[in-house]
Amino acid sequence: MFNFSTRRITLTTLLIGAVGFSAAAQAAEIKIGVAEALSGGAAQYGNSIRNGFRLAVEQINASATLGADKITLVIEDEQGKKEEAINAFKKLIFQDKVLMLFGPTLSNSAQAADPIAQAAKIVVFGTSNTADGITTIGDYVFRNSVTEADVLPVTIATAVRQAKIKKVAVLYGNDDVFTKSGYDNFVKALDSQKVAVTTIETFAKGDVDFKAQLTKIKATNPDAIVLSALLAEGAPIMVQARQLGINVPFIGGNGMNSVKVFDLAKGASDDLWIGSPWSIENRAPANNSFIVDYTKAYKSAPDQFAAQAFDAMHIAATAIKSIKLSGDLAKDRSALRDALPAVKWNGATGAFSFRRANDKSGKPAGHDAQQVPIISVTRGVRYEIVK
Amino acid sequence: MLAQQLFNALSLGGVYALFALGFTLVFGVLGVVNLSHGAVFMLGAYAALEAVTLLHLPLWAALAFAFVVSGVAGLLIDVLVLRPLRARNAPHLTPMIATIGIGIALNSLAQALFGAENRRFPRELLPQDTLHFAGLDATVLELGIILLSLLLMTVLLLTLGKTQLGRALRAIAESPKAALLLGINVEGLFMLTSFVAAGLGGVAGVLIGLYSNALYPLMGQPVLHKGIAVIILGGMGDIRGAMLAGLFLGFAEVLSVAYIGSTMRDAVAFGLLFTVLLVRPKGLFGRLQERKV
Repeated sequence: MFNFSTRRITLTTLLIGAVGFSAAAQAAEIKIGVAEALSGGAAQYGNSIRNGFRLAVEQINASATLGADKITLVIEDEQGKKEEAINAFKKLIFQDKVLMLFGPTLSNSAQAADPIAQAAKIVVFGTSNTADGITTIGDYVFRNSVTEADVLPVTIATAVRQAKIKKVAVLYGNDDVFTKSGYDNFVKALDSQKVAVTTIETFAKGDVDFKAQLTKIKATNPDAIVLSALLAEGAPIMVQARQLGINVPFIGGNGMNSVKVFDLAKGASDDLWIGSPWSIENRAPANNSFIVDYTKAYKSAPDQFAAQAFDAMHIAATAIKSIKLSGDLAKDRSALRDALPAVKWNGATGAFSFRRANDKSGKPAGHDAQQVPIISVTRGVRYEIVK
Repeated sequence: MLAQQLFNALSLGGVYALFALGFTLVFGVLGVVNLSHGAVFMLGAYAALEAVTLLHLPLWAALAFAFVVSGVAGLLIDVLVLRPLRARNAPHLTPMIATIGIGIALNSLAQALFGAENRRFPRELLPQDTLHFAGLDATVLELGIILLSLLLMTVLLLTLGKTQLGRALRAIAESPKAALLLGINVEGLFMLTSFVAAGLGGVAGVLIGLYSNALYPLMGQPVLHKGIAVIILGGMGDIRGAMLAGLFLGFAEVLSVAYIGSTMRDAVAFGLLFTVLLVRPKGLFGRLQERKV
């Protein structure tokens, strides 16, 4: 299925390229590679991300931000799998010869695939990778997704203050880099904020029943459940907890921040606390126009992942605008890396700048996001912003 | 807490047993480890979802619809794939590999048709109340899963043990060739078995989809892996074995979470399973098959 559309995109690109060449020789086509999970378990994130990119590219190309140059996306489905992410990256880098890469969707895949981009000296820009140890891979690795390490302490602090929480139970998926890293950061934040932990329980991807863990949690009588999960397991966990009569708040990570929770955990979705750089309730003008444009284009409300992808594309375009493309791919790729860190952007997710990350030995490596998270809690079918 | 955990184990065990019943039935009669059973299971869940959302059918009709859709899929798999392989005397691994292929194809098809994102049944479909009795929190659905898996097991056991049809099926399980010589319509019964087994898989898909609140194209995979373990533990092809082994796995998982720790759940559950197989290599109810030349 998907190969077709990719081929069609490339074909169109070639045609546009050929026509463009005869019409105006100086107008260049800037190819940007996108490798996201468009199928598989992470597809609900990947498809939002792709929509965010497409919307941004339409705007950038229509507004002539880059002069006569046009951005063309080469989109690959990495299926949320490490191996596929590596394959997609290789194809985009060596075969399609893109200027830079966006993706992959999951931190798990990013840890496997980003080293390929680093070795090939091409910018890889994650819009949804929030686990630790991504930007430590090297100086070609960027992300505008605010890390869980930055968000979760704020989420915990706000929930503890507002909901009078003294002791919590922790539940997390232990077979996934993202949910495991979220757990590590939660535990660090709980420890430093002196919140007692009653019990720590785990589950695995694909589980359908969480009642054994939840029954155990219920017996320890916590004031809240800290949950590091993706939506696929997180939503059923909330439903089953409420069925067992556990009515305490849930404190979740990035993976739980999607309006789909209102459908998947219908009737049990209240009182979920999450922190995120983006909220659909945030009515700042830049965000408002993003929400309006997105809803018009895709007939559904955007989520955090679409917002971050949308901003990321604008950030990349700002950097591309600031450099002069030479046509020498290796030179252009490294020029883009040098230009990106200086970009400041105010978009759907608010004021944004990059922050240098250090690798394990303390040497400067890639770039993380510098942003203030918004803490929200679910009520009915809304994420209400908590001050 | 122990009572609640035992109930949790019973309903999780019921979930596994429900899946394993059809799975083991196909093996018992056709002698094929049908690895497309996970995909057929998923197909049933989506069929019921479409039936309730598009056609506004009530739950019982959606279950029947899922049974038929999955059953027809199983029938087609038998007629189009397994029968030609039988006719050519393919080595016994070949049909198993073929069913892996069918499973992947069906999963991809579902992804194209229904999208990759998680979906769920409408909440109004089932009474959502939690029943409280004897210190337990139980949902209507959990009780339904436990009862239905017991009921189906009983029906299957009675059919196999007490009816003419069952006798014919057991004869085929013993030797299809001999059964054919006795005038039994072997191909016909293969088709019937494939239909019923896949139909049961589809019903399991609906119930487990209702239970987990998560329908996605790959939902059959994790259950398939546990299902393989369950039917091997129960003794390949044995109905009672599948039921008991499903319950065994449910109890092993839940109790290891309760008393050892959830991180060790699969290690403990599958460690126990391995130990049982060391003692009884043919599974709980498997008989050692000695064939005389």
